[in-house]
Amino acid sequence: MGIQTAAYLFACILFILSLGGLSSQESAKRGVLFGIIGMVIAVLATVLGDGVQGHIYIIIAIAIASVIGIIVARKVEMTAMPQLIAILHSFVGLAAVLVGFGSYLDPETHQLPAVEQNIHLVEVFMGVFIGAVTFTGSIIAWGKLDGKIRSKPLIYPGRHVVNISLVIISIILGVFFVKAPGTEGMIYLGIMTVIACFIGIMMVMAIGGADMPVVVSMLNSYSGWAAAAAGFMLSNDLLIVTGALVGSSGAILSIIMCKAMNRSFLSVIFGGFGSTAVGVSDVELEGEVTSINHDETADLLKEANSIVIVPGYGMAVAKAQYPIYEMVDLLRKQGKEVRFAIHPVAGRLPGHMNVLLAEANVPYDIVFEMDEINDDLPNVDVVMVIGANDVVNPGAMDDPSSPIYGMPVIKVWLSEKVIVMKRSMSVGYAGVENPLFYKNNADMLYGDAKESVNKILGFLRD
Amino acid sequence: MKVGIPIEISKDELRVAATPKTVKRLIKQGFEVQIQENAGLRSNYSNQEFKDAGATLVSSARTIYGQSDIVLKVQPPTSEEVIQMKEGLVLLSYLWPAQNQELLDQLVAQKVNAVAMDAIPRISRAQKMDVLSSMANIAGYRSVIEASFHFGRFLNGQITAAGKVEPAKVLVIGAGVAGLAAIGAAKSLGAIVRAFDTRMEVAEQIESMGAEFLTVDIEEDGATASGYSKVMSPEFIEAEMKLFLEQAKEVDIIITTAQIPGREAPKLILDYHVAAMKPGSIIVDLAASTGGNCVLTKNGEIFTTDNGVTILGKLDQLPTQASQLYGNNLCHLLDDMGKAENFKIDMEDAVVSRAMVTHDGRINWPPAPLPVSPQKPKPVEVEISPEKQRAIDLKSAKKKSISLFIQLGVIGAFLFFLGQFAPADFMQHFTVFVLAVFVGWQVIWNVSHSLHTPLMAVTNAISGIIIVGGLLQTTGDFSDPLTIIAFFAILVASINIVGGFLVTHRMLKMFKK
Repeated sequence: MGIQTAAYLFACILFILSLGGLSSQESAKRGVLFGIIGMVIAVLATVLGDGVQGHIYIIIAIAIASVIGIIVARKVEMTAMPQLIAILHSFVGLAAVLVGFGSYLDPETHQLPAVEQNIHLVEVFMGVFIGAVTFTGSIIAWGKLDGKIRSKPLIYPGRHVVNISLVIISIILGVFFVKAPGTEGMIYLGIMTVIACFIGIMMVMAIGGADMPVVVSMLNSYSGWAAAAAGFMLSNDLLIVTGALVGSSGAILSIIMCKAMNRSFLSVIFGGFGSTAVGVSDVELEGEVTSINHDETADLLKEANSIVIVPGYGMAVAKAQYPIYEMVDLLRKQGKEVRFAIHPVAGRLPGHMNVLLAEANVPYDIVFEMDEINDDLPNVDVVMVIGANDVVNPGAMDDPSSPIYGMPVIKVWLSEKVIVMKRSMSVGYAGVENPLFYKNNADMLYGDAKESVNKILGFLRD
Repeated sequence: MKVGIPIEISKDELRVAATPKTVKRLIKQGFEVQIQENAGLRSNYSNQEFKDAGATLVSSARTIYGQSDIVLKVQPPTSEEVIQMKEGLVLLSYLWPAQNQELLDQLVAQKVNAVAMDAIPRISRAQKMDVLSSMANIAGYRSVIEASFHFGRFLNGQITAAGKVEPAKVLVIGAGVAGLAAIGAAKSLGAIVRAFDTRMEVAEQIESMGAEFLTVDIEEDGATASGYSKVMSPEFIEAEMKLFLEQAKEVDIIITTAQIPGREAPKLILDYHVAAMKPGSIIVDLAASTGGNCVLTKNGEIFTTDNGVTILGKLDQLPTQASQLYGNNLCHLLDDMGKAENFKIDMEDAVVSRAMVTHDGRINWPPAPLPVSPQKPKPVEVEISPEKQRAIDLKSAKKKSISLFIQLGVIGAFLFFLGQFAPADFMQHFTVFVLAVFVGWQVIWNVSHSLHTPLMAVTNAISGIIIVGGLLQTTGDFSDPLTIIAFFAILVASINIVGGFLVTHRMLKMFKK
């Protein structure tokens, strides 16, 4: 037993170092290695410890899972990373539900003294609740990110009342569950699981596409708390520590994302951003939307010395990161300064754009965060906005009636010239008109981002 | 209503208060215009031109002063002129009311309503009537042209077959309208231009004109609500003098434009500054008429010092151009006062009430201070002294610490309550849990923003640790429902572990410098 505890402690340390390693690109790979070692130690220590039987089933399960895991991890496109992460969250949620049911059925736990028995049952109940919410919530998030479910928020009147009553019903069921002798409380646990699943579905359904980065980080956090809850019910410190680490990590990511959108966490969760926001702005849009063609864009780039590219979800959809890198490479070889400006909530996942650019070989030292580059934008000759919309909306700064008012944005309009690559004049996910398009120094380049970049590339090579 | 324009009797005054163009404008406004014969000659406007424009030519000034309702002038009237004025006459002219108390008394005695064009307040609405600005613009331009005339070299730098020519260095002191105009003119002639002003806010304007903004290390802003600068502290002046000395050794041309309304011009260029300058250097003193910014300046004269520095105490007025602009300023004011038809002296009006220095037999000077600053209010630069700042900091820190104590109190009470009921075993796990949350909180804030996606993937893999739960629950018997549940728990958790770590690895491999 002592050796097992020591191994768990060691695994905990490795996990903490693993997360700490992500503070920089250089140490990140080492961090992953620590994580893997920690995981192997933890699993071996458990399996080789006392009281674990059925090794053959364990090996079969892990073998099947490894094959699935390897295939999925190899095949997944970087643009589909948000979906993958969402579905992985749902697995943790499902596992937590299963472990909760298992723990309730486990005859050993019914020999505890009364007080501890009650606490244990409460732990089981909570663990299953969190797990179930995470499970279905993540599946819906996956569906929305993958385009299988429409990303518009589903909102019906009185949904807050419904959700709150469901939670209250769950608590009442919990009281019955704890009081039920033996395994007779199974029925309450089952009903509660169904309710929790429903809550998870409705919660994510009500959240619009632009808020997805927050939702995914939030579900990340939940999956951690679910693991921690499982740790409590099994009296296992390793699970508790790891769950707590993951839980706080997800919580921090959610906070960062909310700050980047200037919204409170609660307003995102209670959601309905996309639909409530289709308000008409008080500010009359002055000026005209002017467009530009690929030829002229190439000429502008040829003359520019300092270029900044602002990518958004549109780049991910069009998978334009490869031709963009080719273009950047060409421009850099001509001695121009080319940089990327990334808004914290660009894309559908925290850090999504960074991963896509890294995939296309863009060196990370020319990729800058919004705050790092905003002050320098007045010195920039050309800004290319590729598939981003709300994150470059000047209305967020000067139009108090705008639904995204107060959200920090990349101030592209301060530069000499802005080229906005976009498929059409439609509004972004937040459903807000973008006054940027009407500015004098902004021109629109319509079309699919990938094709457009390829065409520009052609002209640049001429 | 009749508007009259007399000859300027001062020999040095080349301007006239109306030109054929402004006469046309006045007639359009509904006025009858009479002008003294030969009034425009010195600014190159002939009698015929005025006649063609619609003015009546009058032979004597007496007729003008005796028969006009409004008289337009440039220079303040002499006492002989004032005596000729009829009662109730409206006079528009330079008056310098602060220095000319006697003149004001005479005007009052004569019951003349006099508008001092030099007292038009500097507010946005009155810009079109601001003669000081329009004249300063001309002076600034001309100062560079005349300096260049007396200066023995090119202003711009050239590399020619005959050798290299260094560009001239010009220092402009005071960046008001004249100063800025001088910067613009000098810059366009190719000189290297530097400018100094006590008002910090003009730094941007100076730089926008292409000059370098010079400043001293002492933080003191000379800006005032009137738009002019105030008198600075002795320390500031000392630092300023030092700066000027350094510059005097280096620059070829100094143009000074510093004037404080109603006072003698500040002495900025002292004898040792002049002595430090290279032979052939030029000083143009635009404040010569109010005493000069340079101690050696002789008003109305151009002379060269013993060490070869030429000091210009007078400038050509460009009378043709200046009369036109001055005349336009007057037209704008008359326009504002209601033209001929509704002409009215409105003492409620912010501009008229301040510029009308004598009205209804009373002296109306000095004027009420301007209610609002002519400058845009500075973006809330509330001056917070270091002590005050510290006090504020302390206060907010106190507030924060109080709320922290309250929070800690609540948490403590909760833990105490929990400890009362929960068994020791639970408390031990709970301790581990809370500490782990804190550790996670500290560690994750350090994660680089660009690695957030890998972070999620890795936490995903790690949260697959829930596999331990499944592992502990398997029994040897696969028909046991517990084992089946555990089997699936292990399965999904393992997918997470393997998939999560692999995909993180894949992502991180892509990041490169």
